[in-house]
Amino acid sequence: MTTTTALFYAFSAVLLFAAFRVVTARSAVAAVLYLVLAFFSAACVWMLLRAEFLAIALVLVYVGAVMVLFLFVVMMLDINVGELREGFWRHFPLAALIGVVIALEMSAVLLGGFDLGEAPPASAAALKLGNTKMLGIEMYTTYVYPLQIAAVLLLVAIIAAIALTLRKRKDSKFLNPSQQVRVRKADRLRVVKLAPTMEAPPATPPAGGTP
Amino acid sequence: MTGFGPVTLGHFLSLGAVLFALAVIGIFLNRKNLIVLLMAIELMLLAVNTNFIAFSHYLGDMHGQVFVFFILTVAAAESAIGLAILVVLFRNRASINVDELDELKG
Repeated sequence: MTTTTALFYAFSAVLLFAAFRVVTARSAVAAVLYLVLAFFSAACVWMLLRAEFLAIALVLVYVGAVMVLFLFVVMMLDINVGELREGFWRHFPLAALIGVVIALEMSAVLLGGFDLGEAPPASAAALKLGNTKMLGIEMYTTYVYPLQIAAVLLLVAIIAAIALTLRKRKDSKFLNPSQQVRVRKADRLRVVKLAPTMEAPPATPPAGGTP
Repeated sequence: MTGFGPVTLGHFLSLGAVLFALAVIGIFLNRKNLIVLLMAIELMLLAVNTNFIAFSHYLGDMHGQVFVFFILTVAAAESAIGLAILVVLFRNRASINVDELDELKG
């Protein structure tokens, strides 16, 4: 039993335990924290497969950003757990049956289908460049257009998330630019007709009469 | 896959299969709690990604890892929008119970 095998079994055990606790934890905060543990163990398993960049990206991006987002949302919402957990174990027999069937079906395919055995030794290029650089070369040459689409997708996600959750304040003062540029002279300026000259008041004749 | 020999592709694929099955069980158990449903979907994506990386390693092919990168991107976008919808839903209904979301009468 080599070190790799021992590490694989240790990380897998932690991963599966954490995944089980995610779906059965009583409080949502505990579920998120177990999900963090699951992602971290999965990153360790990916390390065993020599995918260093993705393992580190999983920890940085997923544990660092997405899980913290989950945690924020869970802590922000005041959820009534008791009502949501009512009848929690009622569907467990059916769920366990379906889970076991899925696992058995997949194992039936996997055990017979892929007789790959040992991994091929790392190629000379991989040894020289390392996993991260290999992945980068692949991504920025063959997959450069899909990469752009992924970037646009993230932009769409940002805008959608902000647009969904943005709340307008009733008392905020703001100008509507489209109304501003559409304004005409007639809306703002009222021309008042004024008589050009005023009648002079009749001069009272001086007491002495005209000289 | 015999005993504690060297780790083969089958080990990693079985790990992915069991993880996926656990996530499916989670969807059945937590069918009312929208947040845990989202977390179960994240677990499923993790299982799929593990399979991709295992194949990439044992076939000596880099393309699988590029795919995992894109899956991670899409999953991040999905959870961001999903959580935004969840927040709006909670603001309007003060509940995240899936059973109560029947306004469309589908």
